[in-house]
Amino acid sequence: MHALKKNRPLRRIVLASAATVSGMVLLLSLKPHTSPTLATASTKSPTTSSSSSPTAGSSSGTKSITGDTVQTRWGPVQVRVTIKSGTLTDVTAVSYPQDNPRDQEINSYALPQLRREALAAQSAQIDTVSGATYTSDGYRQSLQSALDSAGL
Amino acid sequence: MGTVFSFDVRGGEPRAVLQALAEAVAGLHRVDALFSTYREDSEVSQLARGELTVAQCAPEVAEVLELAAEAERVSDGWFSTRYRGSLDPTGIVKGWSAERAARLLAAVDGVCGVSVNGGGDVQLLGAPEPQRPWRVGVSDPLRPGGLAAVISAAGVDELSVATSGTAERGDHIVDPRTGRSAVTDLVAVTVVGPRLTWVDCWATAAFAMGSRAGLAWLESLPDVEALLITAGDEVRCTGGLAARLG
Repeated sequence: MHALKKNRPLRRIVLASAATVSGMVLLLSLKPHTSPTLATASTKSPTTSSSSSPTAGSSSGTKSITGDTVQTRWGPVQVRVTIKSGTLTDVTAVSYPQDNPRDQEINSYALPQLRREALAAQSAQIDTVSGATYTSDGYRQSLQSALDSAGL
Repeated sequence: MGTVFSFDVRGGEPRAVLQALAEAVAGLHRVDALFSTYREDSEVSQLARGELTVAQCAPEVAEVLELAAEAERVSDGWFSTRYRGSLDPTGIVKGWSAERAARLLAAVDGVCGVSVNGGGDVQLLGAPEPQRPWRVGVSDPLRPGGLAAVISAAGVDELSVATSGTAERGDHIVDPRTGRSAVTDLVAVTVVGPRLTWVDCWATAAFAMGSRAGLAWLESLPDVEALLITAGDEVRCTGGLAARLG
């Protein structure tokens, strides 16, 4: 039990921010990736960072997909994923709460952590994640959905 | 329900899939309106206050209460629909509704694979691609971001994976015998079986039982495998789990 207790304060911080990100799942996840229009349907402002267009099914080139801004109880959150040759290469938060020192403290830890989780999950070649940590799972699911929408 | 559902549907005609998806989502909202114990006006809240009888409620309410009673019998009371004395079928509703949504989507013509993830509990049907089974990562409760295992649906048409644990909401699982937080040596229980309705209940029950009794009980259930992680970072599995690891 000691290990768990020691971990908890840290985890709570992660969850606090993870929850802010998971809100976007609702927007991203309700799209099956079978529809060819979904990459654009599920994201308000898909922007390409190369010549490749962000259409579902395309797995070459580099593209960035920006999710909708989601209002969370901690403030607005928006996430962008970058996909290169069909592989997720980066996850960044475009906007996130940073109004006070506490927000910044949380973000300094939580955002890199979320990014690592997303990349780790991909390397395991999994479709989805089961776990009690719903907020953080929610994030991974949202990412999975974003990737599905992007034709991965 | 304060949770997030994620859908992954493979195959099928896009318009038909989208329509089924809209139905599935509407179904989940309906379930929330009927069963939420956080809503004063939900049928379950009214039922708990004695303002409605089961017969006056929507048919889903009777269906879920019957399933919950079955779960209570099979788990010898470790799964319970009473939370500190009052009616609360929340423990079965999420798994049941996610499974129902998955089956609705799988019924669409041409759909070959469905994955529905309801807040960390997953129902899989079919396969994402002809030569590739669904793969589910099990998050490691002691190493945030890490995976404790990967479960594969290879060789089966239906598979569900549910995890109960303290990583999400702390000590939220109550021992039905004492009415207090379950005294357990576990931090997470992941149960694998064909139907999410059941494995979700079994994960909750086994978590409250603790590693020794929980593992023995899970081992006794047909078509069920499990992975238990203790606070001491020990991992225990049922005998047949290895065949499901991918």
